[in-house]
Amino acid sequence: MENNQDKLLGEVTSGEYKYGFVTDIETDVIPKGLSEDVVRLISAKKEEPEWLLEFRLKAFRRWQTMKMPEWAHLNIPEIDYQDIIYYAAPKQKKGPDSLSDVDPELLKTFDKLGIPLEEQKRLTGVAVDAVMDSVSVKTTFRETLAEMGIIFCSFSEAVKEHPTLVQKYLASVVPYSDNFFAALNSAVFSDGSFCYIPKGVRCPMELSTYFRINASNTGQFERTLLIADEESYVSYLEGCTAPMRDENQLHAAVVEIVAERGAEVKYSTVQNWYPGDKEGKGGIFNFVTKRGICKGDDSRISWTQVETGSAITWKYPSCILRGNNSVGEFYSVAVTNNRQQADTGTKMIHIGSNTKSTIVSKGISAGFSQNSYRGLVKVLGKAEGARNFSQCDSLLLGDRCGAHTFPYIEVDNPSAIVEHEATTSRIGEDQIFYCNQRGISTEDAIGLIVNGYAREVINKLPMEFAVEAQKLLQISLEGSVG
Amino acid sequence: MQTDFLLQIKDLKASIDNKEILKGLNLEVKHGEIHAIMGPNGSGKSTLANVLTGREIATVTAGTVTYEGKNLLEMSPEERAREGIFLSFQYPIEIPGVSMVNFMKTAINEQRKYRGLEPLSASDFLRLMREKKELVEIDSALTNRSVNEGFSGGEKKKNEIFQMAMLEPRLALLDETDSGLDIDALRIVANGVNKIRRPDTSVIVITHYQRLLDYIVPDYVHVLYDGRIVRSAGPELALELEERGYDWIRKDADLSEETWTTDRK
Repeated sequence: MENNQDKLLGEVTSGEYKYGFVTDIETDVIPKGLSEDVVRLISAKKEEPEWLLEFRLKAFRRWQTMKMPEWAHLNIPEIDYQDIIYYAAPKQKKGPDSLSDVDPELLKTFDKLGIPLEEQKRLTGVAVDAVMDSVSVKTTFRETLAEMGIIFCSFSEAVKEHPTLVQKYLASVVPYSDNFFAALNSAVFSDGSFCYIPKGVRCPMELSTYFRINASNTGQFERTLLIADEESYVSYLEGCTAPMRDENQLHAAVVEIVAERGAEVKYSTVQNWYPGDKEGKGGIFNFVTKRGICKGDDSRISWTQVETGSAITWKYPSCILRGNNSVGEFYSVAVTNNRQQADTGTKMIHIGSNTKSTIVSKGISAGFSQNSYRGLVKVLGKAEGARNFSQCDSLLLGDRCGAHTFPYIEVDNPSAIVEHEATTSRIGEDQIFYCNQRGISTEDAIGLIVNGYAREVINKLPMEFAVEAQKLLQISLEGSVG
Repeated sequence: MQTDFLLQIKDLKASIDNKEILKGLNLEVKHGEIHAIMGPNGSGKSTLANVLTGREIATVTAGTVTYEGKNLLEMSPEERAREGIFLSFQYPIEIPGVSMVNFMKTAINEQRKYRGLEPLSASDFLRLMREKKELVEIDSALTNRSVNEGFSGGEKKKNEIFQMAMLEPRLALLDETDSGLDIDALRIVANGVNKIRRPDTSVIVITHYQRLLDYIVPDYVHVLYDGRIVRSAGPELALELEERGYDWIRKDADLSEETWTTDRK
């Protein structure tokens, strides 16, 4: 029977990574390696104020004393941090004020990725900050948003134009000393998105950042800071792709979210970094620290992620529920195929009273991949009436992959209610046969079944991206068992 | 070459985990005929359904199966379905999160593609759904849910017949469709089959009991015992079985074992 299933799944033809092309564009790169001088050089290139350089240097010094975390269920090859380029920028005129200043090659690249930067071509209701390697290429709809007092721009611009806001909130959720990769990011981060929604404003469109790695041998270290002031609302989406290359590339991002009283932030990610080839050669190492704080009462942060890419994923989008009655949510679909490894999950830290958190994690493993859920639910002593519900499901395709669940529950308040449900299932041969018997091919059957399994999470994505995510799930699992 | 045969099974032998279940089965079904296959538990009824639909639980070790003049055993399960073979499952499978609408639309359009037809438009598809739902008296709410998820036994069987109505097969295999149905559900399901059936649709009814055959009246009744068809007759055989059980067949078959093997040679 085992063999039968493998055969069934093996019949599915091999899938290609669609975004593996390289843009031929002149790039400003600095020499390989990391030192204080490199940190200073990056800061100088970005013409940063003294305080930010100091922040970077403190982070760098701290990083030098730190070790790579080894607790994850991941087999990470040794990374030579001196063999990485820490800054690469497509050459273009400084600060493109209009689209006509942007290199047509760059526009073509984003067009090809399905992210046209001409505002009239965009889906209405989505503003995009496009980041290639270390710099932001273009942010759309800035003026429209500015009329409502919303700031949506690249991180570098925010440093120049809104230094007080940046200084107030930078590293307020993820301190530079938080962990090895956060420290590294704090030292060398290049660009990313900055977003501020003023009091009482409901952001009228989806804000999104699209990250593209293009240059070879470079790391991408972006920094995103999202602030939702009192009673505001924003839905934010992040997408990412990279060329197919034989060597691994490092991506270590930091995302911080601050939700003030009564604010609501929805943060959705469709992660599709190059996963490496079938034998596990190449692919992105994705070490990301994402954390939000529900700072004020009645605030809400919701993470939704569809993770299909990267050779290695190490990522735990978390919520600190400090405000009373605040709500944290984490909805995740993580797919691993071939030799991919993922160790992903969340942390819900209940500090305020009557705080609530929901965790829905759907892992799908195929091929020789390893897929782990790691989650912490922590209820502090003062979190009267805290509630958590966690559901962690794993779906296995074939018998050479692994699914693991590592739940950590720490409760210091007796009134808390914490529930954890977990299931592990195999994609049923009987389900596939049932589809076959109605005329549906095995490949399409797997697509249907997997999308059905992940539906609860996909439904949380903004409409336009849900369709994309569904297709992505199917493509990622093509050739699931060789 | 006989062309009025839809299905010809000759000397079919099949095993599960090296245990021979079908031991030389012969059956011929013409266009538009209804055949009932009856037999005690473990006689090979479900294995026959598995072999005909290409489920890899059973391994065919000898014999041939010809469908519309083609070698059926060479076709993949989905090809057989697209060629018009439909199985109403004894235990319909649940597919959580996949809506009936999405499932049926995928199935119909795959089959249409195979026949060189354009996919149905959304409105045509929904009209077809509505029409067939009425035909088989299935509750509208069921088709808005995930495939078989949380359906009662009776609802699952109705849902099978609804799918049969949507897909309009040339050969329908009803595997123990009557099991787990109360008399009202049985009537609805059986009437559904009768309404769906076009003059050239052939049906093989696999059943343990006679009661379904009150509604779906067979042209032939075959008794499957120990991997072979040991007796074939008209619908009156079903009534006889109902009355006398399978024991007399068993005795008969066991006694005539020698005769059967020599007859075959």
